[in-house]
Amino acid sequence: MNRKNQKSELIASLVSTIWFVILLFPFLVMKVNVTGGKAVVIFRWSYLPVIAISIFVLSFLWRRALEWNQHRGDKTPVRTPLSGIRDFIITALRRKPIKLGVMALLLLIVLAYPYVLGMYHTNIMITALIYVMLALGLNIVVGLGGLLNLGYAAFFAVGAYTYGLLWKYAGPAFISAGIDTGWLFWIALPSAGVIAVIFGILLSLPVLRLRGDYLAIITLAFGEMFRMVLQNSGPVTGGATGISLIPRPWLFGIRLPPRQAATYIYYIAIILVIFTIFVVRRIEDSRVGRALEAMREDEVACEAMGVDLVRNKMATFALGAFWAGIAGVLLAAQTTYINPDSFTLWESIMVLMAIVIGGTGSIPGAIGGALILKLLPEYFRPLAQYRMLIYGIAMIIIIIFKPDGLIPRNRKRYTFVEKSASDSVPGVQK
Amino acid sequence: MALMELKNVCTFYGNIQALRNISLTVEEGEIVTLIGANGAGKTTTLMSICGITTIRSGEILLDGVDISKKNPHQIVSMGLSQVPEGRRIFPQLTVLENLDMGAFLRKDTDLIKKDFEEVFDIFPRLAERRNQPGGTLSGGEQQMLAISRALMARPRILLMDEPSLGLAPLFVHNIFEVIKRINIERKTTIFLVEQNANMALKIANKGYVLQNGVIKMAETAEKLLANEEVRKAYLGL
Ligand SMILES: Nc1ncnc2c1ncn2[C@@H]1O[C@H](COP(=O)(O)OP(=O)(O)OP(=O)(O)O)[C@@H](O)[C@H]1O
Ligand SMILES: [Mg+2]
Repeated sequence: MNRKNQKSELIASLVSTIWFVILLFPFLVMKVNVTGGKAVVIFRWSYLPVIAISIFVLSFLWRRALEWNQHRGDKTPVRTPLSGIRDFIITALRRKPIKLGVMALLLLIVLAYPYVLGMYHTNIMITALIYVMLALGLNIVVGLGGLLNLGYAAFFAVGAYTYGLLWKYAGPAFISAGIDTGWLFWIALPSAGVIAVIFGILLSLPVLRLRGDYLAIITLAFGEMFRMVLQNSGPVTGGATGISLIPRPWLFGIRLPPRQAATYIYYIAIILVIFTIFVVRRIEDSRVGRALEAMREDEVACEAMGVDLVRNKMATFALGAFWAGIAGVLLAAQTTYINPDSFTLWESIMVLMAIVIGGTGSIPGAIGGALILKLLPEYFRPLAQYRMLIYGIAMIIIIIFKPDGLIPRNRKRYTFVEKSASDSVPGVQK
Repeated sequence: MALMELKNVCTFYGNIQALRNISLTVEEGEIVTLIGANGAGKTTTLMSICGITTIRSGEILLDGVDISKKNPHQIVSMGLSQVPEGRRIFPQLTVLENLDMGAFLRKDTDLIKKDFEEVFDIFPRLAERRNQPGGTLSGGEQQMLAISRALMARPRILLMDEPSLGLAPLFVHNIFEVIKRINIERKTTIFLVEQNANMALKIANKGYVLQNGVIKMAETAEKLLANEEVRKAYLGL
């Protein structure tokens, strides 16, 4: 950055400082004390320089960061020790034995988790894993299909309430027949998937022709409406009080104490997440997944290629809904209690944020994003009241400095064997 | 029987009529061109044929079957594909993925592989860029990709909307050579919409002149090239 530039930056920072000081003056400097029926305004002048200086410094740093961000790509990458280490790790991971070793270690950590860290942390991890499933599901809709669905929590609710209602209405019959109620979980799991898919298709019908903001608004309304319906059909759904005492999953008829039950659900969650990753990856690499991406990029061209847009959109919503449904059952089983408050717009936005932070369309991104968004707040409880503020700042920073997310999608490169030996263009391998 | 035939096709946008009783015939193995000024309705004609824009009245026959009520994907599966106006390649998909989208309805994996080779043979430039996202290609390369993508469907009839638009003169020549080559080597029937009437008529068997949504002339290409009116209005001579 040259001199002149620096000067203009300083001036700009100064201007924003003045502006902020004027804006914040009534809140931070002036204080009204009501004593004895009389309002006395106290001016806390000592606050003024503190505000001014901190805003000036922040503003200047922000500008420098933006400037740095703009010219980041100009220079050829410099080889630092850090990048050397990274390259070394990446090449090492390519080697099969090392890759297998790392996978085994990872598996071991995952399996040992509940035993090493105990019930409290296991429960937190289960919640995070539920979010991972939600993020992976929504990633199909938003990341691949490019359809902004803000009513995603409704499908989550469909899953949870499938289990809840099954318990509420079939539970007594199970008990009187002497069948273990833990079976209900295993019945609810597949049925919730199916029912969520049906809801997904139903929602996709009215929005087939919508895109972008319109789609976002309609799905948002759908999500809220669904929650209202749950809340207001008290006789059926238990209304705002919800459904409680939902049984834990069956395990060979063994009644597990809470701690073991959490471990058990944790393992179920892990298996479901692995299953989700497996299926979602298959979808991403398949022609169907490609068609979803193509639809995101250009609908008309897609039609011209022979893609059935109606079917494609229905499939997108249905696939996304499926995972939310499954995750819902898991939530009900973990908390043993559900009510409509768990499925607000805020939930949908959280999942969406996880995807954006992680990297839209990227499977590792969705997983990472969901874990960060769920785990960090749990371990930084003292900051809980600033949660929204921190999320907001994090979003802005990521969108500006890392628009593809923390773990961006890595496009698969296809190798292609040339027919003639004369060509000089070797296939690029991943 | 003609491969493709339009009979009295009328298309509306709201209550604005864009096409008025369009009738035209394309025989198997021909190159037929549709020329006309900006806003004449050329793109509308193509989109109506593909089923992306629905027509209000008339018939569109492919092999004698009326396709005017069919969905775009059904029409593609009947052997018709198009190079849309403005290329419309998928910017974030790589060149290979774009090409694979062209073969979306095909199941014959082995033949698709061979077709990749064939289009790379026609456009070697694409082979070099196979893993590059489509959006980062140059305009000319994108046009090559759009044409190749349409070819990947192995169409019997290929509709092209202004393939020479925005290309350097030398390259325009190249594109028309390729069109001719596709027509001869792959025996693909071609329906070509063009502003570049001179080049289009030189490779075509037959031409139609469209003006304000109405077919004004239907002649063999030679006759249109020689026609005074056409020379003045569309060839700038
Ligand atoms: N989606 C639309 N809504 C309303 N009017 C449209 C629409 N698309 C095209 N039109 C109108 O229909 C007429 C024909 O348009 P069309 O795109 O078919 O022209 P064209 O012959 O392809 O022109 P160009 O050579 O500039 O591409 C124009 O008057 C245009 O304004
Ligand atoms: Mg046009």
